[in-house]
Amino acid sequence: MKKLAALAFLTLVLAYFLFGQKNSCIECHQGLEKELQEPVKAVQTDVHIQFGLGCQDCHGGNSGQSDVELAKDKTFKGVPKRNQVPEFCGSCHSDSVYIKKYNPKLRVDQLRLYWTSQHGQLLKKGDLKGAVCTDCHGHHGIQPANRPKSMVFPWNIPQTCGRCHADPEYMKLYKIPTNQLSEYKQSVHAQALFEKKDLSAPVCNDCHGNHGASPPEVASVAFVCRQCHPTNGKLFSQSPHKNAFDELGLTECGACHGDHKILRPTDALLGVGKDSICIQCHDAGSKGYDVASQMSQKLTGFLARFQEAQALLSKAEQQGVEVTDPKFKLQDANTLLIQIRNLSHALSLQDFGEKIAEGGKVVAEVQKAGIAAMKEAKFRRTSLAIVTLILFLLAVALFAKIREMRKRQP
Amino acid sequence: MTRRRFIDVLLGGSLTATAIAFLYPVIRYLIPPRQQEAVMKKVVAAKIGELAPNSSKIFKFGSSPGLLINTQEGKLLAFSAICTHLACTVHYESDSDSIYCPCHGGRFDLAGNVIAGPPPAPLEAFKVEIAGDEIVVSAKS
Amino acid sequence: MAHLLKDIWTYFDDRLRLSAGLEFGRKKKVPEHSYSFWYYFGGICLFLVGIQVLTGVLLLLYYTPSIDAAHESIVFIMSQVRFGWLIRSVHSWTANILIGAIFVHMFSSYFLKAYRPPRELTWVSGFLLLIIFLAFGFSGYLLPWNELSFFATKVGTDIAGVVPLVGKAVKAFILGGAQVSGATLSRFFWLHVAILPLLTLGVLGVHLLLVQILGMSTPIGLPASSARDVSFFPDFLIKDSLGWTLILVLIGVLCVFLPWEVGLKADPFAPTPLGIRPEWYFTFMFTTLKLIPSHILTLEGEVLAILAFLAGGLLWLTVPFLDRRAAREQRSRFFTVAGLVIVVYIVALTALTYLFPKLK
Repeated sequence: MKKLAALAFLTLVLAYFLFGQKNSCIECHQGLEKELQEPVKAVQTDVHIQFGLGCQDCHGGNSGQSDVELAKDKTFKGVPKRNQVPEFCGSCHSDSVYIKKYNPKLRVDQLRLYWTSQHGQLLKKGDLKGAVCTDCHGHHGIQPANRPKSMVFPWNIPQTCGRCHADPEYMKLYKIPTNQLSEYKQSVHAQALFEKKDLSAPVCNDCHGNHGASPPEVASVAFVCRQCHPTNGKLFSQSPHKNAFDELGLTECGACHGDHKILRPTDALLGVGKDSICIQCHDAGSKGYDVASQMSQKLTGFLARFQEAQALLSKAEQQGVEVTDPKFKLQDANTLLIQIRNLSHALSLQDFGEKIAEGGKVVAEVQKAGIAAMKEAKFRRTSLAIVTLILFLLAVALFAKIREMRKRQP
Repeated sequence: MTRRRFIDVLLGGSLTATAIAFLYPVIRYLIPPRQQEAVMKKVVAAKIGELAPNSSKIFKFGSSPGLLINTQEGKLLAFSAICTHLACTVHYESDSDSIYCPCHGGRFDLAGNVIAGPPPAPLEAFKVEIAGDEIVVSAKS
Repeated sequence: MAHLLKDIWTYFDDRLRLSAGLEFGRKKKVPEHSYSFWYYFGGICLFLVGIQVLTGVLLLLYYTPSIDAAHESIVFIMSQVRFGWLIRSVHSWTANILIGAIFVHMFSSYFLKAYRPPRELTWVSGFLLLIIFLAFGFSGYLLPWNELSFFATKVGTDIAGVVPLVGKAVKAFILGGAQVSGATLSRFFWLHVAILPLLTLGVLGVHLLLVQILGMSTPIGLPASSARDVSFFPDFLIKDSLGWTLILVLIGVLCVFLPWEVGLKADPFAPTPLGIRPEWYFTFMFTTLKLIPSHILTLEGEVLAILAFLAGGLLWLTVPFLDRRAAREQRSRFFTVAGLVIVVYIVALTALTYLFPKLK
């Protein structure tokens, strides 16, 4: 009890200095317990408070009145029910004239979009489990979406969506999987986002939308991927796979790369090996099988030569030979390797072969330089051995001379 | 041969061998190497007339690639050809008047600014000067 | 043939009085006693200086002292010039070995009290040579214009700037401006290939001349000369050569298996890399400055430490005039112990820098 009183006292002092003016909501609520007291502390960092808004701007009521009954006058809205939350927030956030006063850049179509989303649809049907504004944005400590502490900042979004969508118990009645978050976390996009802090990496809302969240249609996912991977998209569209996939109703990118668990593609995906994707549709003996096999062979061959040249250069460097020029050339070969891998989407054996030949030429030059560097390293060691031998002989001769001169002295 | 003579011969012989072993590298060092000069941060990227309008060329700048562009209007621009996203080599796309990176679709305008894709920073621009009939590129700083 | 040689000899002897020189050489003797081993180190220093002059002159052929081309010229020497890697690595490694040898030579002379009269000026000129070669090391280190050298120079000159009254002016003079720049590179190059070599010519000349005139000092209590003395030509010189041959083998092995790295080109706008420190021979001073508390009795710790080093240097320089007992050919325990303390201090702090790089 003493602790609670002390906390309440401290919060009083804090709130007084923070708010200055008389705010009966704060003054009263900080003396209350648990969930009635929690908003007082949480709201200190809220973006609405920083714009000069107060409790009454959302909840109504009269904050100048100390008496609780008088404070809760007829404008008082209290805690909105879940199904009232969208309209509650939308009452300001859909009003472009009002919002313009605070942040002219802010959009005002969130509510309209929300009603088109799956979450909005559920709410319309009376299902209160659908997400509302506060589920994703918080309620009393709301941060702008571009601040790292916001629940909807890119690297927090997977967690925010996952709170419901990864909970099998919560999602029991809905016929959708709950493994998306765990799959996404294994993906190369998650790695880019969480480890490399690359904020351009896609998260849930980049493919599913924000306020109008719904699963993307089969045809439309590919457009989303193409935003960052346009080269591959263009090559794919030129390939025979485009029509085939469209007819079969397969997602263009997702059919081979997955949707949530998109891993860094390995060279094993291409070809006829046991990990390859091609053999999932193309049986042995078919044209597709043939092309896959040839492409894979060409690629592995080129990659082997590339890695050989790379290893040669680093070995020479380790032995002390300067290899900055060949390393510069290898950078070219690396760019070509990326382009070759991309070309597998076009499925043109001829184009593929041509690019590989181009890369092969560059790698051959690097290999030549690498061999020359190794020769130089060997030359140095051999020369050292010879010169050391000569110097050793000289030392022996000197030593013998010294001994002989000492003997000559009486 | 007496022991003394042997030692003297050994001494003289090894001294001579040592002298040769040390003179040889020095003489080879003094002979001019194949490449005339150290590569400087001021490079002749091309000759006048080498590049048609609305075309480009990759040249070696120090130890990294550079991009020399001759625009449609005949203006000469030079940039570092290393994409600021993941270091792939960019190239000039004449039909869109922009510089494109094939790896992830990064795109830069002719001032080096990012106009599309994931690159986080603009391309480093170089200074272009004409010296006689040579186009000389040097670092801006 | 022998007649021809004799004629050539007589021709030059008549005009250069070569016989006098030969006679002197024949008479030159080196004392032989249980501490004679330390006599080799003077010759080793001279030999290494010779290597530095030779390789330095060769490097001068391909090096360019401008910030646009310095680093590139080093890359060029290491990769394009035939045996360039060898000449450059020899120069860099020998610089370090030389400074080590100078320390050994200096301390061995100190402990043998070789500085006592009449050899005070030999000691003074030797001390000046120490400073000159430390300056060679410091100025030469910047010339490749790579990351390490740029920041090591920055840190070093920052420390110089802390000296009260004259520090700022000295720092500006050394740097050729307010910070390390192209002007600094030009200045350091000027120092390294012109001023310091000229000074060396003069001071080393005096140092060697004094050694010839005064002969080798013997430890206190031993006679100046005895029957065991060996002649310099050819006996001692041959032994010298043996040492030099072994050093050549060491340098060769180092250059082939541990070639000096080229490093990344210096970028003045990049932040200082972590763990930057000067070359090993400055680290004992560097670590002392890092360990000193920031304030000692209202005075800034760093300033105090630098003044202490300057005072210490002055004392070290004037040791021949301070050590009265040695001047009287008496054992001076105090100076021996003081010297040991200094050696232990230098060794300990140098080791500390490398064993605990993350200090402070």
